[in-house]
Amino acid sequence: MSRIRPIPAHPTGTRPSAAPRAALALEDGTVFSGLAYGALGRAAGEVVFNTAMTGYQEILTDPSYHGQLVAMTAPQIGNTGVNEEDPESARPHVGGFIAREFSRRPSNWRATRALDDWMREWGVVGIHGIDTRRLTRLLREKGVQRGIIASGDALVGRDDAALVAEARALPDISTIDTVRHVTASRRYEYRGDRRPGFAAPEPSLRVGPLVAVLDCGIKTNILRRFREHGVRTLVFPATATADEILESGADGLFLSNGPGDPETTSYVVETVKALMGRLPMLGICLGHQILALASGAKTYKLKFGHHGANHPVVCHETGRIEITSQNHNYAVDADSAAEQGFEVTHRSLFDGTVQGMWHPDLGLYSVQYHPEAAPGPHDAAYLWERFLDHLHGRAA
Amino acid sequence: MPRRDDIHRVLLIGSGPIVIGQACEFDYSGTQACKALRDEGYEVILVNSNPATIMTDPEVADRTYVEPITPEVVERIVARERPDVILPTMGGQTALNVAVALAERGVLDRYRVQLIGANLESIHKAEDRDLFKQAMQKIGMDLPASGIARSLSDAHAVVAEIGFPVIIRAAFTLGGTGGSTAYNVEELEEFVAASLAASPIGETLIEESIAGWKEFELEVVRDRADNVVIVCSIENVDPMGVHTGDSITVAPAQTLTDREYQRMRDAAIRIIREIGVETGGCNVQFAINPEDGRLVVIEVNPRVSRSSALASKATGFPIAKIAAKLAVGYTLDEIRNDITQVTPASFEPTLDYVVVKVPRWNFEKFPGADDRLGPQMRSVGEAMAIGETFRSALQKAFRSLEIGRAGLGADGRREEIDVASLDEAGRRAERERVIGRLRAPRPDRLFRVRDAFRLGLTLEDVHEITRVDPWFLDQILQIVENEDAIRETAAHGGLDDATLRHAKSEGFSDAQIAWLTDSTETEIRERRWAAGIRPVMKTVDTCAAEFRAHTPYHYSTYGDESEVSPSDREKILILGGGPNRIGQGIEFDYCCVHAVQALREAGYETILLNSNPETVSTDYDTADRLYFEPLTLEDILEVVEAERPKGVLVQFGGQTPLRLALGLQEAGVPILGTSPDAIDRAEDRRRFLALAADLHLTLPPSGTARSQEEAKEVAERVGFPLLVRPSYVLGGRAMRIVYDHPQLAEYMVEALDASPGLPVQMDWFLEDAFEFDVDAIADGERCVIAGIMQHIEEAGIHSGDSACVIPPYRIRSGDLELMRRQIVDVARELGVRGLLNAQFAVQNGVVYLLEVNPRASRTVPFVSKTIGRPLAKIAARVMAGETLESLGFTEEPRPPHVAVKEAVLPFQKFPQSDPFLGPEMKSTGEVMGIADSFGLAFAKSQMAAGDAIPMAGNAFISVNDRDHTSVVPIARELARLKFDLCATRGTAMALEAAGLRCRTIPKISEGRPHALDLIANDQIDLIIATPLGKVSRVDETEIRKAAIRKRVPVLSTLSAAAAAVRAVRALSDRPFEVRSLQEYHDPTGPGEEADLFRSVEPVEMRKS
Ligand SMILES: Nc1ncnc2c1ncn2[C@@H]1O[C@H](COP(=O)(O)OP(=O)(O)O)[C@@H](O)[C@H]1O
Ligand SMILES: Nc1ncnc2c1ncn2[C@@H]1O[C@H](COP(=O)(O)OP(=O)(O)O)[C@@H](O)[C@H]1O
Ligand SMILES: [Mg+2]
Ligand SMILES: [Mg+2]
Repeated sequence: MSRIRPIPAHPTGTRPSAAPRAALALEDGTVFSGLAYGALGRAAGEVVFNTAMTGYQEILTDPSYHGQLVAMTAPQIGNTGVNEEDPESARPHVGGFIAREFSRRPSNWRATRALDDWMREWGVVGIHGIDTRRLTRLLREKGVQRGIIASGDALVGRDDAALVAEARALPDISTIDTVRHVTASRRYEYRGDRRPGFAAPEPSLRVGPLVAVLDCGIKTNILRRFREHGVRTLVFPATATADEILESGADGLFLSNGPGDPETTSYVVETVKALMGRLPMLGICLGHQILALASGAKTYKLKFGHHGANHPVVCHETGRIEITSQNHNYAVDADSAAEQGFEVTHRSLFDGTVQGMWHPDLGLYSVQYHPEAAPGPHDAAYLWERFLDHLHGRAA
Repeated sequence: MPRRDDIHRVLLIGSGPIVIGQACEFDYSGTQACKALRDEGYEVILVNSNPATIMTDPEVADRTYVEPITPEVVERIVARERPDVILPTMGGQTALNVAVALAERGVLDRYRVQLIGANLESIHKAEDRDLFKQAMQKIGMDLPASGIARSLSDAHAVVAEIGFPVIIRAAFTLGGTGGSTAYNVEELEEFVAASLAASPIGETLIEESIAGWKEFELEVVRDRADNVVIVCSIENVDPMGVHTGDSITVAPAQTLTDREYQRMRDAAIRIIREIGVETGGCNVQFAINPEDGRLVVIEVNPRVSRSSALASKATGFPIAKIAAKLAVGYTLDEIRNDITQVTPASFEPTLDYVVVKVPRWNFEKFPGADDRLGPQMRSVGEAMAIGETFRSALQKAFRSLEIGRAGLGADGRREEIDVASLDEAGRRAERERVIGRLRAPRPDRLFRVRDAFRLGLTLEDVHEITRVDPWFLDQILQIVENEDAIRETAAHGGLDDATLRHAKSEGFSDAQIAWLTDSTETEIRERRWAAGIRPVMKTVDTCAAEFRAHTPYHYSTYGDESEVSPSDREKILILGGGPNRIGQGIEFDYCCVHAVQALREAGYETILLNSNPETVSTDYDTADRLYFEPLTLEDILEVVEAERPKGVLVQFGGQTPLRLALGLQEAGVPILGTSPDAIDRAEDRRRFLALAADLHLTLPPSGTARSQEEAKEVAERVGFPLLVRPSYVLGGRAMRIVYDHPQLAEYMVEALDASPGLPVQMDWFLEDAFEFDVDAIADGERCVIAGIMQHIEEAGIHSGDSACVIPPYRIRSGDLELMRRQIVDVARELGVRGLLNAQFAVQNGVVYLLEVNPRASRTVPFVSKTIGRPLAKIAARVMAGETLESLGFTEEPRPPHVAVKEAVLPFQKFPQSDPFLGPEMKSTGEVMGIADSFGLAFAKSQMAAGDAIPMAGNAFISVNDRDHTSVVPIARELARLKFDLCATRGTAMALEAAGLRCRTIPKISEGRPHALDLIANDQIDLIIATPLGKVSRVDETEIRKAAIRKRVPVLSTLSAAAAAVRAVRALSDRPFEVRSLQEYHDPTGPGEEADLFRSVEPVEMRKS
């Protein structure tokens, strides 16, 4: 007998008469008027589009999106509700959420709640019922925009002009250190998290190499991946010092993904610089950029970034193509990296940007994309073995 | 890895005639493959027996064999052409199975030919249900509990294991042929027998039924460097148990989280690696248990498929084209994405819209057929729609379907339940009725779901009954709520702009809104335009706008930014034919594609509008611009507004666009070619009679009746037999032949209650008349006959179902002259600009005109391929203003060879329905046989149609009294050709009287063993049975059903029988030879002079 989980449906659906209004204002002066979803209120930040067709729950909870207003290009979002197993961190980080239409009624055997009340509980402001393809084209042409989502009281007494003005008044992302907001408050060892449904039974780890993790806003799936590979992980706040890390007796250092402009994380860069050559390192996304900066290479901002789950990357060594999950607005400058002795191992087949590099002498590996997926394809899983062979070599 | 230089000549195998489960999607993929391979500089040899395809156009391949796709014939072609490789993955199951046969007969080794795209081993692993099961278990994939049966006892053993209900699916079949669900032992035995018969290797899979689970498909592409991408995910709205081809499907999948999707993706990749599909496209089907997410694999098709065509149209990623390039060695990263032009094909398309596909059925043509949907596919076509949400796409898809609906209900059709007027008891009754309908899925399923909600059933109730995922049900519930909202606002103070705009963005058509607000479609349109509520045109670009798109492939939505702006070139809009259905199929898409090509050559910008994902016309690089939209006045007018073309072509897409001509003209849209008024004069019976009178054309005496009395009068005046039909239907719908007053009265009762007030058309039925089809082109000045076809079956069998031959083989030249003259007169009188088709019947030396269609006809491709001139192209240029003179088409071509077109019928799929041919068309497809003699051409056509005529054996003859004398020469010839004769009493006496040895066997009513027994025991190889009148209908029906089950050829007319005899003789006379179209058409090329005298009647025939 089939039972449908009794999840309260969004009361109004998409009927304009019924749902409260919401507006999205961009610094270029464009204002989209739509309907409110999730929490009512105001959200401000950089507006980016994401082309992934699945995985909105992972995206909402990915610390790398801290403070950003994320527009999904897939038109109908929320269809599978929210479940206990898929979040990538303890809470949502997306500043505001945008879609053509958010679902009013979830359907999935793992769903425990509707997206709508989950967003309301966490105060995530949403807007839907707008022409998201127009928004995407705008961002593609004009580049990332600062923007404001306003609904409910936040709309009262504010006309379009006022909202645009607020958007223009927002600080430039590259001036804020967002990592501080998302890093672990204190050091802890990851002991695995109970995940019914999909979890392979979590092995309890006594032995195996120990990796120190500099948490700039790590996605839980990265820790799970280490664990699946029999690696113990000791997670440090981004502010941890080189000595603390060395004292922990770690065999290697992992630099996590995270939000914002790598250049605002000078303190992390310094720590990494100090540890280079003393520990083998693996960096993902922001970690990859930090590794570059620490070695003296340069990073730069992309026009509208890479945010999606269909990005082809070629691995130069094997010539193989991986379909990867990506989420970054900044990239590593290839020439400057080469000057510092890095070899570019992976490139994007979309725009040729550096997607992976390694430093043979210093044992540094890093990728710009997300081998841990969540959301996205699992084509890049082999990267872990790569780094871990190196570690095991040392640990033994 | 670059292209392979070690190969030069590629043989591509097509899929043959359109049959249920294998339609024009394989013309689309095959054509793409041919183009791709030739662009790469390979020499392409093609074999396909279906003339109504673009791929068999002489310019698409280097040499085109329109020959039967059988192992024997393909071997001859291989021997003649010596290709380096064979590409078998573009021609559906047909090509795959022939390739396997060639390999197993050692043909590939003998001629050192390689298979590319798929190797023998992987084909077996995928198609042999047993090997597949083992392969899946090897990689730890979960499957439903199952067992293989090669016999009934096997079957019982398996069921003892897994218990009822079970699903039975044959190996090496498609479209669910031989698939069914058994709930008890009787069904099991019946279905297993059928399934074993259907499977070319006599093997079937008996599997635990998981009906009600969620069903998904992934379209996977792999290159030889083992790079794999998933092009598209497709989710079935109808749960497991309904064949994907019969399911309403949506892309991308809507109800999966990323974890679940990625798990399925990983599985698909593991699976095709294990199966070993080296390169190209491949389709993997999964089922998921909605209770706990258990994932099982259902099957893999190691080739491009209906779904890959759908996926290509849904995403803009041309799977077949890419697959062809991968097959010759490229890797995905070496192939560019045409649409973005900057990114490679090695990526996964992402969609920012929702695509819905809805199948189109034709059950109404098969009275008695069981219309409950199951594991066996029976739809004949499909419509696809693109929308901003599932709801708007669904509404669009339903109004694309050409079933007279303006969307998902709310259009005032008779079946619409007036809920408001029902009292509680009435509602309860209705609810019970609807629930009853919902229990078994039928073509109307979602309409009934809507009724259920309107009658107050809850989403949970409906889910319990239908097992359709709650998310989809909620979408339909929202449609219903929106209906109410529109009704209410209209009721209180009228429809305001906000509500109207919302209704449009929710996908409601003007017609639906009109009905909900009791207004008219025109009023709503004007109201909407006045308020500036117009759709915008968005682009299908594979990347959700992340990159700039260079391919103008568009759909309409009610967003706020349009992406198209009309260019300043001169533009022509060509209207397609919509979903395939019996009576309007691939032939019309062929014509549309030709029109586009011709006008592009002539320098126009071409814009194509169509809703059929299976077609070549909806390939984004066929026309300059493609609009994937429903063929309704509303949707066309919006495209016209967006593009502002110089004119519209309505002649090529069959009846669909033709019917829109007047409306378009009234809306001020210029129609190119024959004027809508002229079209109306030909289509409107009354006006046509007047025209015929002016031109002194002889029509069968006729009349119309609105009542029993009138019918009686007409019958007395005209006489019996009569051909009766409701005058408003086309495609021969609901036509019947009545022989006496009681039959007539009976028919009138039905007709009058089906459509009160509407007149019934009554024509004197010409018995034993020869029918002719004539295609011609006129440019306003001149009218040139393109081809005259003589039907092999007599008049009374729909022109689409009758075999026909060019040149006519049995007619007085005077009669031909008369037909030519009449066509020319009609063309001049109507001022025809473009194509024109007419049907004549000749009875006792009198030439009757049956009908004139001022449009491209079903036979245009066949005639074009016979005479070697592209009629549709010439016509398109004429319609754009050129003259036949300037195009060099000034006289009737007279080819030296003989071409026969044979129809292919779907009776196999509708066992309960009577397998009779009549004035209502029932065939799904056609094949062409071409040779130097009539006999050989006919033999080829039969072979290609799948029922080759036996060269010897037992012939069972049972003809009506009128035929007793004229069947004798045919029987004598058969005897001479070493057939043993047996016949029913009357016939037997006639034959013996003529001195023929013949065994008498009883009629079914007379005793046993009768014909049925002999057929069942494989003791009959050929049947000649002409209609015996309604008296012994029973016998006939039973015999035909048995024959269809056993695939014994049945010849139902003496002319067909005579043709068959000549075929057998031709085959026994000379070796069977194959030749390419290019050789036939190139006068300087080889090929002996055809001598038509070889086709002079050997046997005296009564007709004409
Ligand atoms: N075990 C099963 N239980 C219920 N339905 C099934 C089962 N296996 C297959 N089906 C249904 O039968 C249909 C046809 O099966 P499939 O193997 O895809 O045949 P085909 O090769 O003709 O596509 C499927 O689309 C599915 O809906
Ligand atoms: N008066 C008639 N006598 C005998 N057969 C007829 C007559 N009228 C029509 N038919 C048969 O019915 C078939 C369908 O009739 P037609 O007018 O062509 O309808 P459609 O519009 O479906 O083509 C014809 O192909 C012909 O075989
Ligand atoms: Mg199959
Ligand atoms: Mg299938």
